[in-house]
Amino acid sequence: MLAFIIRRLASTVLVMALVGVFIFLLLHLSPGDAAAIIAGDNATGEQIASIRKSLGLDDPLHVQFWRWAARVLVGDLGISIFSNVPVATLIGQRIWPTLSLSFTTIVLAVTLAVGAGVLAAWKAGSWIDRVVMILSVVSFSVPVFVVGYVLIYVFAITLRWLPVQGYTPIAEGLWPWARHLVLPSVALGLAYVALIARITRTAMLDVLAEDYMRTARAKGVATGPMLFKHALKSAGVPIVTVIGIGIALLIGGVVITETVFNIPGIGRLVVDAIAKRDYPIIQGVILLFSGVYVIVNLLVDLSYSLLDPRIRY
Amino acid sequence: MSEAAVLSPTDVDAASARKRGTWRFVRRNPTLVGGMLILILIATIALIAPLIAGDPVAMKPANRLKAPSEMHWFGTDHLGRDVWARTVYGARISLVVGLTVAAISMAIGLFIGLLAGFIKVVESVVMRLMDGLMAIPAILLAIALVSLTKASVIVVIAAILIPEIPRVVRLVRSVVLTVREQPYVEAAVASGTRLPKILRRHILPATLPPLIVQATYIAASAILIEAALSFLGAGTPPEIPTWGNMIASSRIYLGLAPWTIFCPGLALALVVLAVNLVGDGLRDRLDPRLARRM
Repeated sequence: MLAFIIRRLASTVLVMALVGVFIFLLLHLSPGDAAAIIAGDNATGEQIASIRKSLGLDDPLHVQFWRWAARVLVGDLGISIFSNVPVATLIGQRIWPTLSLSFTTIVLAVTLAVGAGVLAAWKAGSWIDRVVMILSVVSFSVPVFVVGYVLIYVFAITLRWLPVQGYTPIAEGLWPWARHLVLPSVALGLAYVALIARITRTAMLDVLAEDYMRTARAKGVATGPMLFKHALKSAGVPIVTVIGIGIALLIGGVVITETVFNIPGIGRLVVDAIAKRDYPIIQGVILLFSGVYVIVNLLVDLSYSLLDPRIRY
Repeated sequence: MSEAAVLSPTDVDAASARKRGTWRFVRRNPTLVGGMLILILIATIALIAPLIAGDPVAMKPANRLKAPSEMHWFGTDHLGRDVWARTVYGARISLVVGLTVAAISMAIGLFIGLLAGFIKVVESVVMRLMDGLMAIPAILLAIALVSLTKASVIVVIAAILIPEIPRVVRLVRSVVLTVREQPYVEAAVASGTRLPKILRRHILPATLPPLIVQATYIAASAILIEAALSFLGAGTPPEIPTWGNMIASSRIYLGLAPWTIFCPGLALALVVLAVNLVGDGLRDRLDPRLARRM
């Protein structure tokens, strides 16, 4: 077990290092002279040259990479070209809306998807099963922003039940916070629900066919505990795996959802940065999101042996 | 009297048997056939766009935000442009992007995957690179790549393509790893067949069925990502009518003119659904092992 954890950690570090190289090269390839941008329009050639020298842009590529990597490792993601504020500070200011949205989406999606998947597997072949499966194919095909605008049109503009867009910090009350997150979470979570529900159904079908499930039923275990305690636990590994893989889907979706619902989070930060070609922000946010994705999948791998004691490394 | 003009009873039987066979194929593969029909319909509409739709970029400010009518089937947008024409022309970009990305990522991924599956040195290096590339969420990587250069359809295709390649490489390699242990491959190696021939004759055919299934899913995700990039302002230039661009430019008019958003949105969802249905149908036919798992 320990050997496995060490090996898995080592490969995680390697992957993150590669991500770092890719992102560094990406920024390095970006057009425009960073020194010229910082110096401003009226700068002379000499001023630009001295800024370039002070930034170390004349050094060989690998020297620049190590210097950049050393800074990133202590949390210094560089400085935004336009606002002149450190990228880490900007991310810190924007992180709560994004965390709120991700949290409510994951809770909502996992509950709904696992419930629907278990139901579909239990009633396999029935109309419930078919409806769940059709809905999951359809919701996997409708893009986040289309779902978002349909929801806004129906529930915010026509019915006026929920706010059209925006975000209220949780400090101003649980209800105002939650009200603003209902529609974004549903829009963002839909594809995620589809993905998890499909896998849950398949995994549950496999488990329900096992002999010990028949035994459980024969000895009089009630349906609820049978499905959720016995079967779901055995079906856990593929479900948790797909929850981890789906995080990538969710991260891409966060960027779009925050734009649709005007939520001032990290996704909006990066979209605004694209328009202004503010490369340090783009780079910092990609690095952060990739890091989250890699760490979530590390945790997923490590959780296998907790879910299924048969798995030994 | 020419013999060819006379239909013998056996010919009639063969024809009706063929008809029955077709019907059976439709009944057994409803998703595949349904998806295909929708795709053929949309591809036809995209091809004959100039015949069935007006100018997608002509502005008529007097006709702003008009509701759907006989003149404008899908209404008009905030610049008085015909939404039907823009939706029809938008199909062209979506289909081209989906097809191109699927085809090129398949070709490149197949090449790298075959090499990685058969040559140890290549494997360890390439697979680590692919792991790194896959750790970056596809949309963000595409955004970063587009932001490096001026937006154009080619740049968008390249930006969507690059994050998809690792997925193909992994799939091809996993097939190669299982196939290369098969006795017939060992026999080929033992009898001195050269590597390129082994790859072509013995390995390649085994990779194709799952690869074709994967390619359809890649096409669906490419269409979605292209639309998302356009929507975020990091995709095709705004003057080109694409579904993402249409939704992005009309979003502040959602309350006044919902058709400007729902029409391209519905078209987008329909195309992606059709491609996904074809993928599911192909998976059930070509790869029963995968079909049971999903």
